[in-house]
Amino acid sequence: MNGVHDMGGMDGFGKVEVEPNEPLFHAAWEARTMALVRAMGAAGAFNIDTSRFYREALPPHVYLSSSYYKKWLLGLEDLLLDKGYVGREEIDAGQAMMPAKPLKRGKFTRDQVERIMTRGQFGRPAPAPAKFKAGDRVRAKNIHPATHTRLPRYVRGHIGVVERDHGCHVFPDSAAIEAGENPQWLYTVVFDGRELWGEDADPTVKVSVDAFEPYLEPA
Amino acid sequence: MAHDGDDHDHAHDHQHGSELSEMQIRVRALESILTEKGYVEPAALDAIIEAYETKIGPHNGARVVAKAWTDPTFKKALLEDATKAVSTLGHVSRVGDHLVAVENTPQRHNMVVCTLCSCYPWEMLGLPPVWYKAAPYRSRAVKDPRGVLADFGISVPKETEIRVWDSTAETRFLVLPMRPAGTEGWSEEQLATLVTRDSMIGTGFAKTPGAPS
Repeated sequence: MNGVHDMGGMDGFGKVEVEPNEPLFHAAWEARTMALVRAMGAAGAFNIDTSRFYREALPPHVYLSSSYYKKWLLGLEDLLLDKGYVGREEIDAGQAMMPAKPLKRGKFTRDQVERIMTRGQFGRPAPAPAKFKAGDRVRAKNIHPATHTRLPRYVRGHIGVVERDHGCHVFPDSAAIEAGENPQWLYTVVFDGRELWGEDADPTVKVSVDAFEPYLEPA
Repeated sequence: MAHDGDDHDHAHDHQHGSELSEMQIRVRALESILTEKGYVEPAALDAIIEAYETKIGPHNGARVVAKAWTDPTFKKALLEDATKAVSTLGHVSRVGDHLVAVENTPQRHNMVVCTLCSCYPWEMLGLPPVWYKAAPYRSRAVKDPRGVLADFGISVPKETEIRVWDSTAETRFLVLPMRPAGTEGWSEEQLATLVTRDSMIGTGFAKTPGAPS
């Protein structure tokens, strides 16, 4: 979706502000929110792409004015409501009032924490041969899916070169809407800064994205 | 963040403490519901938080960088397949798949961003800082990386290529910074103390011995 989350190349947000000696969390609720999202994801309530999609789908003014973990909380609430794990009346009352909906992997317990500290694996067997190889010129398609996608707007329509082939991975555009993993080839595609930002751009800059095969066409 | 108030509660926007406690109440309520429904147990949440507070942080990445600086065979393996290379190190075995290490040289400076959300090599660097997840960095890193580096108080020579890696998939990028001069003969442990988090994102350099940090 063409949301405000797709920030690459936008102007007006000002300087990067680094907080000296930044704490890991700025309040206890941030830590609890992070842990709740990890736990409910690990229990099978949602996949990582769906959780990203829900944050992106927050109203633009809410997305832009909320802190990082507040976005996580709002996305989590919306997701648990939509998928039927909690009811609106439960959120309003602050207590459980309805029977639980069974989780795909069951209750998330202490003994499973070690497992989720290792990153998930997103590589999958290839359903078809790769269409591109390192060195190929490709164009990022001019596509505008209304749902989740990982092709940023700033590369769409532009020509780059395939640099690396990462094998086949879960396709976020499908996984986010629970349409299956639909594995696709994934490539690092590198663009010249001037191809993306015009002739006045810094000629020493190159930018790459990791692009799934359905995002690309030969150029 | 300062502008973190709820729209309906303007009176409290100016009082950071009130807003925080409102969030505290809201998250506590959700945790109660999810616990009562048998989805999670609070001890599991405690353990997740504790892991990020005590075990997982930039020291993991720093050990990898220091080893690459001292062991050419490891460095070669790291740049070829970082996941595989890191998995051979006992002390950082949690890396999972799809880690890519990219080397800074006098010819090329690498920088990592996630313009779409906040993708970051958690297993190597821990949880990302607020600036990494915020709009100024995410918007400008791909368009004006030298300007962003200036915000961090650093610059790279004007003829050096700047390569920005936008983390748009589940691949994760670790920058291998240049080894500082004056560290000949240093041990891995000593070298690891020079490797900053920002140097592994590409928004900083490794520390120089004797320089103020």
